[in-house]
Amino acid sequence: MAAAPGAGSAPADAHADLRRMIRARKRRDVLFSVVGILSLMVGVLTLLALFVDMAITGAPRLTPEFFTSFPSRRAGQAGILSAWVGSILVMFVTAFFAVPVGVAGAIYLEEYAKKNWFTDIIEINISNLAGVPSIVYGLLALGLFVYTFGFGQSILSAGLTLALLILPIVIVATREALRSIPQHIREAAYACGASRWQVVSHHLVPYGMPGILTGVIIGMARAIGETAPIITIGALTFIAFLPPVPLTGEPPAGLFDWLFSPFTVMPIQIFNWTSRPDPAFHQNAAAAAFVLVLMTLAMNGLAIWLRYRLRKKLKW
Amino acid sequence: MPATLNPERGAGLAEPRLTGEARLAQLARDKVRRKRRERTIETVLLAAACVSVFTTLGIVYILLKESFVFFQEVPLWDFLTDTQWTPLFSDARFGIVVLLSGTLTSSAVALLVAIPLGTIIAIYLSEFAGHKTRETLKPVLELLSGVPTIIYGYFALLFVTPILQKLIPGLPGFNILSAGLVMGVMIIPYVSSLSEDAMRAVPMSLREGSYAMGATRFQTAVHVVVPAALSGIASAYILGISRAVGETMILAVAAGMQPQLSFNPLEPAATITSFIVQVALGDLPHGSIGYQTIFAAGLMLLLLTLVFNLLGYWIRRRYREAY
Repeated sequence: MAAAPGAGSAPADAHADLRRMIRARKRRDVLFSVVGILSLMVGVLTLLALFVDMAITGAPRLTPEFFTSFPSRRAGQAGILSAWVGSILVMFVTAFFAVPVGVAGAIYLEEYAKKNWFTDIIEINISNLAGVPSIVYGLLALGLFVYTFGFGQSILSAGLTLALLILPIVIVATREALRSIPQHIREAAYACGASRWQVVSHHLVPYGMPGILTGVIIGMARAIGETAPIITIGALTFIAFLPPVPLTGEPPAGLFDWLFSPFTVMPIQIFNWTSRPDPAFHQNAAAAAFVLVLMTLAMNGLAIWLRYRLRKKLKW
Repeated sequence: MPATLNPERGAGLAEPRLTGEARLAQLARDKVRRKRRERTIETVLLAAACVSVFTTLGIVYILLKESFVFFQEVPLWDFLTDTQWTPLFSDARFGIVVLLSGTLTSSAVALLVAIPLGTIIAIYLSEFAGHKTRETLKPVLELLSGVPTIIYGYFALLFVTPILQKLIPGLPGFNILSAGLVMGVMIIPYVSSLSEDAMRAVPMSLREGSYAMGATRFQTAVHVVVPAALSGIASAYILGISRAVGETMILAVAAGMQPQLSFNPLEPAATITSFIVQVALGDLPHGSIGYQTIFAAGLMLLLLTLVFNLLGYWIRRRYREAY
């Protein structure tokens, strides 16, 4: 330090040492920042590489015919018609079961349940289910839906399987949404004489809707890309027809015949094409994967946007 | 409650207003009806909450039932100690160790990527990055876990493996390394997101205390924030591990499906999960021994993830720091 001239060289050395140490420590700070950014880049660049690679490989195949053709033995004529129709139908069944059951279960746990051992069991059970590998759900579905209930390898089996799979996601998201609604809203409603169900249906569910929707969308995005459980229930990979449209055909199909129809979905079609040795099919896989990734990323993006908006707009 | 305030009973408005005893009786009837309705609704909601319990019971029941048949044909001791896995050959051998070696090797590779990177990212996002950086980069990172795993399988097989083959001559087209690396990147957000949440939950006063003592950001992060958030970070790791153990499609696509007892990531291998896929793709008759094998393998997988889940639960309880 210049302020203490002639005070001997020892303190000056100590000061210099100290400065050097501080500089070294600060350098370490900067170094860690760089390492942190590099680590982040590994993730971001992987995502980018994945996206660009699929786009470049698959682009020549992304024609309108690709969306309107059935799979074929010739790579150049194959398309994803049965796959995307199957995916949408399965998603419909999944949402039809998972959303009401998940939201109702969450409402029970958050608003009705008393604190007792039974509630504890349900809670532990839900957090455990979230950690169960998806293929185990496939085994459950194979044993239960396909053989015990006799639904066969159908859209209904697949939809129910995926519904069970995303149930924990929907429940957790709904509970979080309900929990973030301040207590005084409930108290105000009760004070006006509302019953518990009136509080829930008139106030809590509408206010929690953005959060619930976010959870549902994230769950559906997970379900649409899920492959393993659907393979396990034994979905065929080569489907060159569509499920029967209700009340058409000869003899006329019943209203719910499509539920029991064999099917394929996007991920299975991709798996099928990827595991063929012919590179021409890999192009198809890339194109289909690109479509699927766009679908899931759009859903995820929507969920993130909803959550972001929610956090900004809501001030209780 | 006066009837006019009750939106559920708009029809009651038109009736002439009752007085005295009749009015009291009407109110009592309403109350009974409302209570009955409320109780019905509560029962329906309870039933919905119980679906998850039934799912668990269903999983355990199905796996145990089919495995029971399996273990009547194959002694448990052989299942655990045999070093061959050839359930579909005429000379069938059932050594689950073979599949476990594949599962453990691939998980190890994935975690060697995901845990260090995930932790560094979590520390960076929580302690170093500015508000804006965090708010933009975190969602991008979370997209990584939103990409379907089959697409990662495609990516591992047709993008990463060719690159690795240039770096490591003689690498087979199917190998654990490329599948494991891609799996690791996929798991990063699971690790980093939960760890970051845990770190951000550490109260500001601890950091301020540390800064006041002259510590740098890095010192504060490593010596104060990470130890304080350890239980959360550990359970993030556990979640990562159970994701890695249960991952299916990446391995089924990119790691080949050849069962062999080896811990070398440069070789192809079958894991518990990819074996189930392999069997399901074939046309096994319901009730055959091959069909039951996948349930035994599934039971093994469930037990494995259950152990990790319970471990995570225990760690959260045991090491939780309350502020």
